Amino acid sequence: MSDIADRVKKIVVEHLGVEEDKVNENASFIDDLGADSLDTVELVMAFEEEFGIEIPDDAAETIQTFGDAVKFISEAA
Amino acid sequence: MFDLTGKCALVTGASGGIGGEIARALHAQGATVGLSGTREAPLAALAEELGERAHVLPCNLSDPDAVDALPKGAADAMGSLDILVNNAGITRDTLFMRLKDEDWQAVLDVNLTAAMRLCRGAMRPMMKARWGRIVNITSVVGTTGNPGQANYCAAKAGLVGMSKSLAQEVAARGITVNCVAPGFIETAMTEKLTEEQKAGIMGAVPMGRMGTPTEIASAVLYLSSAEAGYVTGATLHVNGGMAMV
Repeated sequence: MSDIADRVKKIVVEHLGVEEDKVNENASFIDDLGADSLDTVELVMAFEEEFGIEIPDDAAETIQTFGDAVKFISEAA
Repeated sequence: MFDLTGKCALVTGASGGIGGEIARALHAQGATVGLSGTREAPLAALAEELGERAHVLPCNLSDPDAVDALPKGAADAMGSLDILVNNAGITRDTLFMRLKDEDWQAVLDVNLTAAMRLCRGAMRPMMKARWGRIVNITSVVGTTGNPGQANYCAAKAGLVGMSKSLAQEVAARGITVNCVAPGFIETAMTEKLTEEQKAGIMGAVPMGRMGTPTEIASAVLYLSSAEAGYVTGATLHVNGGMAMV
């Protein structure tokens, strides 16, 4: 697994308090990992800080799963 | 009770009577305070009076970019941003039939839109800290209305609605959002009233006197404290009984 994916997974595990093995490619933050809408905003904030990037609101809305996050950040970072 | 040691508070309108007293009250309980306002001289004088733990952060609340930059600037200056007191307010009183667009817009911009921008900017540090206190200073007239103040009353009522919505969104993150609604308080804003107007007001206040800035600051202090942790979305009316709502 790439370095970016590891770092994203660490943030998700810490923030949502979920088991690491639940955080797979297609895991939806809201449907599978128990996030509420405010959690997803906080995750995006955490990604922005970890990777020093800016994620615009319209892009943030497309980040629904762990895989979406890794893909977006890999392209942006 | 009400110990704020280690907390950092941004107070807007700190150059005014109520804002200055709010800053003094929070500072006296140990908070570091960021004093914001348009006029730098009174802010600097207050900072000198308070001594340590006081920062002067001038800001023109009519300037959206300056407002957006203020929370970050305050957090950088103080080390964090734990408490936000949106106290700054202006009036452009006129009878409704004479109300100009610019009088409406200026009051909405400073009293409501700037408060929204500052709340938004304060969210990030407060969410990360899982602790925050926002106190928005509204007014009794936001509830009762007042002839000649449609713009001011709209903005103040707007603050209450905004505060309640935000309070629900962030309650689970340890952040509370409340309002303090002063009645008639002895300040430069009420000094402009004529004796006749004042007499009329006194007749409507069961307490028979105006309130003091300290009495408003004490309410803000309570809502800023750890002790008020279960109070959110509330409006604390401090008005000598003139409106029991």
